[in-house]
Amino acid sequence: MELFNPEFGLGFWLLVVFLLLFAVTAKYVWPAIIKSVDERADFIDKGVEYAENAKKQLDEASANAQKLMIEAQRRQMDILQEATQMKNRIIEEARAAASVEAKKVMDAATLSIEQARKAAEEQFRTEVSSFALQIAERLLRKELSTDKKQVEMVEKMLDELEKQN
Amino acid sequence: MKLRNIILSVIMAAFATLPAPASAAGGGDGEFDVKEVIFEHLLDTYKWELPFTHAYVSLPVIVKDCNDKWHVFDSRNLYEKGEHEGFYISHEGDYSGKIVGKDADGNEYRPLDLSITKDVSEILLAAVLMLLIFFPMARWYKKNGNKAPRKFLGAVELIVDMIYSEVIKPILGRDAKMFAPYLLTLFFFILIVNLLGMITVFPGGANLSGNLAVTMVLAILTFLVVNIFGTKHYWKELFWPEVPMWMKCPVPLMPLIEVFGAITKPVALMIRLFANMLGGHMITLVLVALIFIFSALGVAVQSGTAIFSMIFALFMAVLHLLICLIQAYVFTMLSAIFISLARVRGEEHAEKKK
Repeated sequence: MELFNPEFGLGFWLLVVFLLLFAVTAKYVWPAIIKSVDERADFIDKGVEYAENAKKQLDEASANAQKLMIEAQRRQMDILQEATQMKNRIIEEARAAASVEAKKVMDAATLSIEQARKAAEEQFRTEVSSFALQIAERLLRKELSTDKKQVEMVEKMLDELEKQN
Repeated sequence: MKLRNIILSVIMAAFATLPAPASAAGGGDGEFDVKEVIFEHLLDTYKWELPFTHAYVSLPVIVKDCNDKWHVFDSRNLYEKGEHEGFYISHEGDYSGKIVGKDADGNEYRPLDLSITKDVSEILLAAVLMLLIFFPMARWYKKNGNKAPRKFLGAVELIVDMIYSEVIKPILGRDAKMFAPYLLTLFFFILIVNLLGMITVFPGGANLSGNLAVTMVLAILTFLVVNIFGTKHYWKELFWPEVPMWMKCPVPLMPLIEVFGAITKPVALMIRLFANMLGGHMITLVLVALIFIFSALGVAVQSGTAIFSMIFALFMAVLHLLICLIQAYVFTMLSAIFISLARVRGEEHAEKKK
């Protein structure tokens, strides 16, 4: 049967064409394609590795950042607390100092008022006694002002008046 | 869905009515000769028929006559005049369908025939297609560096990668780069030839990989590669295997078996591809031929057969499409395995013995 009878011409042409095709593609095509495919596979592998590393580093970095954030927050709280304490203390101190100062001023004021009052009182007294004596002198037409006993008496009477008041 | 059914039945009807002239051409006397029609499609011719007409592309005939003289002429001469320069196409006998000549005594003889037949044109077409696919691909890589190709080249690269990384590399290991060009050329040539065979009309339609000459040449090439690149351990295994002395010394029993095995490997390659592809073409042809066989029983039977045959032929064609890929893959894989078996090295051998 012709079907099982290999034809020489066909085989010959196939051999020629196939060998030529092989020679051309083996030189210009397959090595280039294989090289590119291999290179790309390597490139992708490296890329994946790189990405994995990068991700790991990023994770580490973000963990570090988180830690730093927490630390910073803690520090912030500490500082705030400290500041509050310091503020309170300063206020307290200031208040104490102020009260001491105020007390000092008050004391001084009181003292000076007292002195002034005493001085005024003294002056008033002298004036009153002199008036009283002048009045009495007028009454007695007599110079009493020089009489020591009279003065003493007036003093005494004034004391009594003061007490009554 | 409905639309698709309508289109399908229209196509079937077209198929059912179309080949009426074909049956007339096939039988000659109006009878439909199934065998002749099928073999006409399976075998090589000196012309390439155009679809739906009786026109054909004529091809160059190159023959050497019994006086060692070359004759080159257009095959149209043979078909139109019947005889040209003493050559004609035989219609019966051993050389049926081939160009024969008559020598001085008037005996029919077969000249040395290197004609560019339909099958040879198909081989050239397949080679051109391969170059058209792979040269742009190689150039693309040169231009684009590490970028991956898209669209058609991406699909081709997928197949190249499938063959190279999944078949050649695991089987051949360190020899992969050395044999990859041969195996890849082999795979894509067989695949393209198989797929061209699936196109039933003009630029395809030649039953190439279902032709024994084609598979034989490819199998012989693999056989040559295997034996040329065989290591000395391979040859030792072949002629002086490590078996008890009586099995190889007086009567070379084991060497005989080994050598026989080495020869059956390419023969198996040859038969496998040939039978698979031939079977695929033949079953489609037989299913279509059924329509014309049953046409004698009336229109109703013929249309029923037409629908049945077309559905079944479509199914077989889809299956055959898968087989096209599988057979190219198997041929390449087995070639790679045979090469790797011939590339045994001493140290590996020693390791195996332990």
